[in-house]
Amino acid sequence: MPSHAPDEDPERTRRFRDAALPYLDDVYTLARYLLRDQSDAEDAVQECYLRALKHFDSYRGAAMKPWLFSILRNVCHAEFARRVNSPVSTIDDSAGQADDVAPIWHETQASPEAQLLQRRDATAIRRLVDALAEPFRETLVLREIQNLSYREIAEIVGAPVGTVMSRLARARAMLRAAWMAEEEHSK
Amino acid sequence: MTCDEAEILLHALLDGELDAGHAREVEEHIAGCPRCAALLKDYRAMGQAMADSDLHFTAPAHLRQRVEAALPSTHTPSRRAVLKGFAMGSAVSALAATGVVAIVLRRADEQRIMSDVVSAHLRSLQAGHLTDVLSTDQHTVKPWFNGRLDVAPPVVDLTAQGFTLIGGRLDTIDGRAIGAIVYRRRTHVINLFVAQTANVEPRTATIETVQGFNIRRWSARGLSYWAVSDLSADELADFGNKFETAMRVG
Repeated sequence: MPSHAPDEDPERTRRFRDAALPYLDDVYTLARYLLRDQSDAEDAVQECYLRALKHFDSYRGAAMKPWLFSILRNVCHAEFARRVNSPVSTIDDSAGQADDVAPIWHETQASPEAQLLQRRDATAIRRLVDALAEPFRETLVLREIQNLSYREIAEIVGAPVGTVMSRLARARAMLRAAWMAEEEHSK
Repeated sequence: MTCDEAEILLHALLDGELDAGHAREVEEHIAGCPRCAALLKDYRAMGQAMADSDLHFTAPAHLRQRVEAALPSTHTPSRRAVLKGFAMGSAVSALAATGVVAIVLRRADEQRIMSDVVSAHLRSLQAGHLTDVLSTDQHTVKPWFNGRLDVAPPVVDLTAQGFTLIGGRLDTIDGRAIGAIVYRRRTHVINLFVAQTANVEPRTATIETVQGFNIRRWSARGLSYWAVSDLSADELADFGNKFETAMRVG
């Protein structure tokens, strides 16, 4: 049987692939929600894996998924910086659906009584999530779709847990309002 | 507690992130406040709807290829198998013919096994890969391995001890089929890999950390065990001790 030289590199790359590639779908999912564009998301994912491999030596012990996410997030922020034309506003980037989700800023006053939310299919929910502004969308996706704990989210986004909590509360309030506004709309 | 406070904290309640004291406070407020109670109900329904829908994206095949191609090639599949056939000669043929695979471990190679164990653990965490037989009943999981492996991995129910049995799986370590018994503690998955070893001497447990996962390794009754999880070393040691105690009692 052929034996290869005791070369560190292939072994290191192999370990990296084994550890990081299983999270490809998760990383891609986060990229899709952060960038809201398939082709940009694909570029970001590739860049994320290259950077992660480069820094794999400095990776110590933490869970792999949040580690990859924080790298991806940096990549995405570079991408945001590149999109100089895109508005930085946190409200207007709901663009096409702006009319439908208009009441999001009145969320707490609206509908004090229980209104059973109608079921929505995945496509509709993705659209509602996509319409959320940053940083609320990011926080919501990390919690609801990636199932991370508050502490993990705080580490990824570099903010205190308290900030994560208030962003999440705001994100869900906006999502609920948009969800209901759409129901009103469809009646 | 005011509504403003409750409106933030009820999310933490929903997400299981509140300590008992705060949880009680929020619950008390909600009990007396129809408005916050309605909100909680809505958020719960919303969270459920999101959990029930598949909101994940799957990386397109061409992206996977792109990423794989961008990583340096490893060329290591030809590495020699460490988990070897049981013995030499006809005994091996006879055993191999019946699908029997036993294992000889050399110390120098253990690190690679550890690495494989972690890889297998990671693979198992991918959606739908965790269990081949999904059952919390040890009398369902144990017979499932019959005929699939040469060893009968001991399957014990540790639910009462805080580790829920969730099923079993056939996995591959170093190119060999090996049994994995899957437990859960809170949201943490524990994969317990069991293989037969040539060295039947009992071996006391050691804990190592590989790529951020703790692996507790021990041997007993001619079997080798690797318990791998993202649980803390203490909790994993606790798992191993409870497993061993249950084995001795049972």
